[in-house]
Amino acid sequence: MRLDADVLVLGGGPAGAWAALGAAEAGASVVLADKGYLGTSGAAAGGGNNLWYLPPDPGLRAAAIAGRQRLGGLLTDVDWMARVQEETFRQVNRLASWGYPFPRDASGQERRSSLQGPEYMRRMRRRVHRGGVRILDHHPALELLADEAGVVTGAAGLRRQEGFARWEVRAGAVVLATGGCAFLSRAFGLNVDTGDGHLMAAELGAELSGMEFSAVYGASPEFGNHTKGLMMQYATYYDERGRPLGTAGPAGRDLLARRLAAGERVFARLDRAPAALREAMRRSQPNYFLPMEKAGIDVFTQPYPLRLVLEGTVRGTGGLRLSGEDCATTVPGLYAAGDVATRELVTGAASGGGSLNGAWAISSGTWAGAGAARFAGTRGPLPPPGALRPAGRAGMRPGGPGVGRAEVDAFVAAVQERVLPLRHNYFRTAEGLTESLRLLDPLWEQARDRLGAAPGDGRTALRAREAAALAAHARWMYRSALARAESRGVHRREDRPAAGPGLAHRLLVSGLDRVAVRRDPVAPRLLTGAGVP
Amino acid sequence: MIEIVSAERCVACDKCVLACPTNVFDRGPGGVPVVARQEDCQTCYMCEAYCPVDALFVAPHTHPLPAGSPLREEPEVAGAGLLGSYRERIGWGRGRVPGARLAVGPDLDRAGPAPAAGRAPAGPARGARD
Ligand SMILES: Cc1cc2nc3c(=O)[nH]c(=O)nc-3n(C[C@H](O)[C@H](O)[C@H](O)COP(=O)(O)OP(=O)(O)OC[C@H]3O[C@@H](n4cnc5c(N)ncnc54)[C@H](O)[C@@H]3O)c2cc1C
Ligand code: SF4
Ligand code: SF4
Repeated sequence: MRLDADVLVLGGGPAGAWAALGAAEAGASVVLADKGYLGTSGAAAGGGNNLWYLPPDPGLRAAAIAGRQRLGGLLTDVDWMARVQEETFRQVNRLASWGYPFPRDASGQERRSSLQGPEYMRRMRRRVHRGGVRILDHHPALELLADEAGVVTGAAGLRRQEGFARWEVRAGAVVLATGGCAFLSRAFGLNVDTGDGHLMAAELGAELSGMEFSAVYGASPEFGNHTKGLMMQYATYYDERGRPLGTAGPAGRDLLARRLAAGERVFARLDRAPAALREAMRRSQPNYFLPMEKAGIDVFTQPYPLRLVLEGTVRGTGGLRLSGEDCATTVPGLYAAGDVATRELVTGAASGGGSLNGAWAISSGTWAGAGAARFAGTRGPLPPPGALRPAGRAGMRPGGPGVGRAEVDAFVAAVQERVLPLRHNYFRTAEGLTESLRLLDPLWEQARDRLGAAPGDGRTALRAREAAALAAHARWMYRSALARAESRGVHRREDRPAAGPGLAHRLLVSGLDRVAVRRDPVAPRLLTGAGVP
Repeated sequence: MIEIVSAERCVACDKCVLACPTNVFDRGPGGVPVVARQEDCQTCYMCEAYCPVDALFVAPHTHPLPAGSPLREEPEVAGAGLLGSYRERIGWGRGRVPGARLAVGPDLDRAGPAPAAGRAPAGPARGARD
């Protein structure tokens, strides 16, 4: 299947949906291809999003920026933060005008700072569809297409529900909105997020930033995966014998991680939730409460066992480096939005999964869509499809005959073995990171030279490409983590527990065969002045 | 993971086949979907939300349940009122109020028990974790 468009959007989570709208509203013809289904796929559909939605009150907004830049380890950029506040406010109000059923509080006031996942994304799909965007569900992208000068001019992938036939879309610009990478950890809704976009971009030389801020885990019941953190603020933790250990919060998270890493079980009970609030809590987050009810657990009275599930760069902050306010990447013709882009500019070293990431997806999506439309408009006639260079290599164009599913699964397991366990990824040391890289570097070579499916095995082809993306991601993470010889935000170095004075700058990482880290020449720009803590 | 497809309830609309983000279902004989790749299920409950006749059940476990588990048996799950429960909770379906409309919840940015709130910066800047 071949299509042409002005703008091609890869990914149909919130960032992709807003990007498609942004491009279409700028007058571009738009195709959006998602690995899964626009409406159900990605982190927001499953989890829902609280938003950094602040009324245009300068004092309130400045205080919010000051608070978040401190939390973010002073790596943020004040202009980007202010732009996100502005754009999120504008777009969420549009969402309201399109009829999103925001709740009203006791005083009758609409509360627009929280979006329920399925409702939000179902409405975004409708809006995107009405905007004239051609939506391709179950069309995972595998690789970018570039013209002779290296300008991104489309992408290609597989039609997963049509016998894995190849699709190609030629476009004047491409927006990557493929989400972060959770390493197939089975975290809530995140198995579609395997870092494919990062790999595609890196194959054309893109730089990344903040990849050390990737050690983010969410607490879920031991048997399951719903890492809904909000309600945990009411939890008390207990040990196996029912002795209280502490409460949630940063210290609680540490305690949880330490105990679980040591093989000790930890239980939670939401006994600090005031009785009068409980019914409202149930109503507000069915995706936390219903799974527990299905399992027969009353979270207010019964302690239940916990585990920590890796959410990686979904709720971490690293991703593609942006080179302009229009969310251009460092590759011409390629734009990035949402979790595939670095969120350090607005969340710094702290997790943005809690209000900033969702706001970022809305804002960066809008800007990237408009930016891509503008870029596409400056290009003359595009080269014929045959003249475009498919840029994909690792995991899809092996030197040899390709491998079977079992070998691909074993490869994924080998990467996961260095990335999922708390002892390797949450509790980082120079020694441990070096050992992980010693094991991951040859895995990358294997992905490059051997990994790929035999012809006709489409399902393995898709997984093999995802597997290569996981290996690339792990190496960027750990090279950056080695270079950041300190603890800051979600990056924890057991051998360097304090923040290093000379390290209050961002780190850029690039390369596939040889991974290189350098200091971002652009320094963080902070809000300063009276009243800033 | 997806555990139950009720052939009795299913009206062969293909919604779940399309909506499942990880392509777990195939269209089966007579249009009733089959769980072709349970190992790919990411336990996201989306198929439950989209099934118009409450024919699907996703257990909250990230591994397949062993034979004999009550959450694999349609009569028990239906009897407990759990078939279609996610769709009900998010208020989808004719005559229901969208759950989003009712999701007021506790004042999550400001309230919350003192120990958790005390450690975080004050005001909306805090941004509770999801
Ligand atoms: C449990 C949970 C709760 C959260 N709560 C909050 C919150 O309260 N507030 C907040 O701000 N943030 C929250 N977050 C984070 C927030 O949901 C994400 O930041 C946001 O969804 C990012 O949007 P996105 O579109 O970039 O990525 P996603 O929503 O992950 O979407 C990525 C999309 O790309 C598609 N895709 C992937 N690879 C390919 C490919 N190769 N080809 C085509 N398509 C592809 C996927 O199918 C998916 O649809 C939460 C996250 C989780 C996991
Ligand atoms: S729970 Fe999610 S991944 Fe599993 S079958 Fe249903 S829609 Fe698919
Ligand atoms: S969504 Fe429900 S009714 Fe439709 S095919 Fe799936 S199981 Fe059957």
